[in-house]
Amino acid sequence: MSTPQETVERALALSEADDCIVIVDEGSTANLRFAGNTLTTNGVARSSQLTVISVAGQGVGVVSRAAVRPDQLADVVAAADAAARDAQPSDDARPLIEGTSLDGWDREVEPTSIDIFRDFAPALGESFAAAETSGRKLYGFAEHIMTSTFVGSSTGLRLRHDQPTGRLELNAKSADMSRSAWTGVATRDFADVDVAALDASLAQRLEWSKRRVDLEAGRYETILPPTAVADLMIYLYWTAGARDAADGRTVFSRTGGGTRVGDRLSPLPVRLYSDPAYPGIECSPFVVAHASSREQSVFDNGARLGATDWIADGTLRNLLQTRHSAELTGLAATPQIDNLIMTGPEGGRSLEEMIASTERGLLLTCLWYIREVDPQTLLLTGLTRDGVYLVENGEVVGEVNNFRFNESPVDLLGRVAEVGASAQTLPREWNDYFTRTVMPAMRVPDFNMSTVSQAN
Amino acid sequence: MRQIDPDFLALPLRRLADAALQRARDLGVEHAAFRLERVRAETLRLFDAGLEGSMDADDLGFAVRVIKDGTWGFASGIELTPEAAARAAEEAVRVAAVSAPINREPIELSPEPVYSDVTWVSAYDVDPFDVPLRDKVALLSEWSSGMLGAVDHVSASLMQVKEQKFYADTAGTVTTQQRVRVHPVLTAMKTDGDRFDDMRTLAPPVGRGYEYLTGTGWDFPAELAEIPDLLAEKLKAPSVEAGAYDLVVDPSNLWLTIHESIGHATELDRALGYEAAYAGTSFATFDKLGSLHYGSPVMNITGDRTAEHGLATVGWDDEGVAGQSFDIVKDGTLVGYQLDRRMALMKGFGRSNGCAFADSPGHVPIQRMANVSLRPAEGGPSTDELISRVERGIYVLGDKSWSIDMQRYNFQFTGQRFYRVENGRLAGQLRDVAYQATTTDFWRSMEAVGGRQTYVLGGAFNCGKGQPGQVAPVSHGTPSALFRGVRILNTVQEGGK
Repeated sequence: MSTPQETVERALALSEADDCIVIVDEGSTANLRFAGNTLTTNGVARSSQLTVISVAGQGVGVVSRAAVRPDQLADVVAAADAAARDAQPSDDARPLIEGTSLDGWDREVEPTSIDIFRDFAPALGESFAAAETSGRKLYGFAEHIMTSTFVGSSTGLRLRHDQPTGRLELNAKSADMSRSAWTGVATRDFADVDVAALDASLAQRLEWSKRRVDLEAGRYETILPPTAVADLMIYLYWTAGARDAADGRTVFSRTGGGTRVGDRLSPLPVRLYSDPAYPGIECSPFVVAHASSREQSVFDNGARLGATDWIADGTLRNLLQTRHSAELTGLAATPQIDNLIMTGPEGGRSLEEMIASTERGLLLTCLWYIREVDPQTLLLTGLTRDGVYLVENGEVVGEVNNFRFNESPVDLLGRVAEVGASAQTLPREWNDYFTRTVMPAMRVPDFNMSTVSQAN
Repeated sequence: MRQIDPDFLALPLRRLADAALQRARDLGVEHAAFRLERVRAETLRLFDAGLEGSMDADDLGFAVRVIKDGTWGFASGIELTPEAAARAAEEAVRVAAVSAPINREPIELSPEPVYSDVTWVSAYDVDPFDVPLRDKVALLSEWSSGMLGAVDHVSASLMQVKEQKFYADTAGTVTTQQRVRVHPVLTAMKTDGDRFDDMRTLAPPVGRGYEYLTGTGWDFPAELAEIPDLLAEKLKAPSVEAGAYDLVVDPSNLWLTIHESIGHATELDRALGYEAAYAGTSFATFDKLGSLHYGSPVMNITGDRTAEHGLATVGWDDEGVAGQSFDIVKDGTLVGYQLDRRMALMKGFGRSNGCAFADSPGHVPIQRMANVSLRPAEGGPSTDELISRVERGIYVLGDKSWSIDMQRYNFQFTGQRFYRVENGRLAGQLRDVAYQATTTDFWRSMEAVGGRQTYVLGGAFNCGKGQPGQVAPVSHGTPSALFRGVRILNTVQEGGK
């Protein structure tokens, strides 16, 4: 096998198209999955994906192959060149980004391995033993992924990004499975994961849930913790495509045409933004697009990414753009970035302080099975999960049944009563796809719990 | 019948399997399985008849799974050499050793006959990867152009997958398989005043080849010709009044309700808690087998991995178990679960019913869904006859939004089209409709199922489950069916408007 750097250079040299972009993704993963205080599955895996994007005139051909041997490289490049020659002109065709480079291009790839869990696995085993003794069952998943992405182009791009992604989900249940609590953390290397402390926090929540209070469906003052806010804001972010907005298809479409950029969405000075350099949730500082879609363009590969406001001072500032869609909408070219940060007014309180200041309301643990009901309002439905707690006079007094909710995150921004202090959090629903978030808790005066769910 | 592609057979399948399995034996494993896979997927998307993007990608690699001292170990590799295969076997054994401190349940597998060097190919005529990209783009572009003018925008997409698997284990089973699936989708969009809406084709994804787009199994030109007028009517339709209604649910919608409220609920790994932290558990717990009143007496649900053109259909699963057909709900009572070999032995079923699947060489096989289907009534009614039994109700077509809780009790679905039913007849479309129910209440309210003439195999390419996340294709056959007194929401009112 060749090194990824050699593969990029050889593929670029082999291409006979007008222009060519070559992306190599070298991946490695290790994971442990467990249920009922015992391991269920595990594994390590490697991957190597070559993507050749050939440009002939305004036509594009994209061919992506796994585990390509050196003797197969010419065939892959030829297939991409042929597809480009055969293609219709692409609307998003633009001159490729001119040659820029970042440090570290020549470094060897450093894969992850099962050894990432050398300290964590025994600690988890100790938590299993402690949980067993205390009548709790632990369920969850630990995963570490290392992806090294190399982007080269006929216009001189030589960019590389190494992305570590780690996550731990920990779910504790009572022995009779009637009570459940969840927590999760995002990590770059598992060195900062204290599984015993996480288990202790779950044990406290299971204690909270010993007193059961049944409530009917209705609108309740509700504290959404950072993980729940993350899941709602990620969905908002994913649906913030400029082209769809301009075509009248989304909540960000202006009635009569155009987008809602410039509209005030929240009375509070909420800021929702992305920043590839944000400490602890660093992500690729340049565009990597394996294929064109409505939200990304292969022609933008290598474009540098910086801090970008999506919402600032409560006002919609930018939408997900390609250079092409930016021209169509007359707005700034602001491509998607792989992290998301939300902040509220200065001096936001901690979750504990928000609970302490609540006269009567619900405290959620997390949201689940979130799906879009109406794109025009971004009405989402979903469930509460693993602990809905009743707060009275500043204290958690018991656990409430689960609910199905119907709410729009855009509407919530308009009704939010309080935004707490922001902290790094793991989104419960979307962490298969998006782990890098810093979010606050939010207090909503009238969250719509549409119906009761019997699930516990 | 099609044959397995020669270029897949030309890969060093047996040499790698021999190297991996021998190394595993040398290291003293109780069981080892080797799997080499190539999954090729091509997706193309058009907007307003112009190509927006296309991607032709494959995934190729191998995996070794072992049981060592009662603990699973799994490793995968991408370098197709005997040395790399042997190294993967060593790594799988090492993963088992690192994992041993957190394993408290020794792993054993149910017995299965040995299948020596057998092959299977799904039922299709035209390999979609033999059709030039420009021809596919031209067809989707022609279909899109046919609607433009009558609607504002048209998006079109075509997903095509060819999955090739070689499997060998230490018991001596060796299987080689190839299957193909396609999913064309067109969506029309239109604005009327300040109202925007869209409507999608109801054509399901299928285990067929490119012939599906050229007249076999679905009449796309006929469906596309109706969509602009249907969408115009939908835009002018009145908003539904929330309340309880009788529903006649078309197969194009009911397949998804079956998937979420029966298919996932009767996965034994969920019922036993193995998915508790992620996909969830099930209200249909193991102690209710044989006694749970799941639905009305007309409810008969089967699981199968054998239906022709089914998306979950295979010859053998990813643990070397032959594809089978089995009962899940009989006359309204829960009588079976979907199994893999470990759970089949653990819970006394004797033999697995063949529901292990891994979506890629880098992922471990887990219990995944068979084609879970609602049986039609022999000599049963047509959809029109079902509608004629409704005094005040709604006829539901096409799937759209779906959500269900982590124990599969509470669900909410929308659809592509909703018709008011008055005195046994359709009385125009409705807007803003969602139906919401508890699973057993819903299926117990099923008064009648349609006959074979109403039966359609629906499904999806992308059923998600497991951590790391895996996607699986699955079909669900169903007739039309009549339900009484289901809660209908008005989605605009739900949004607080």
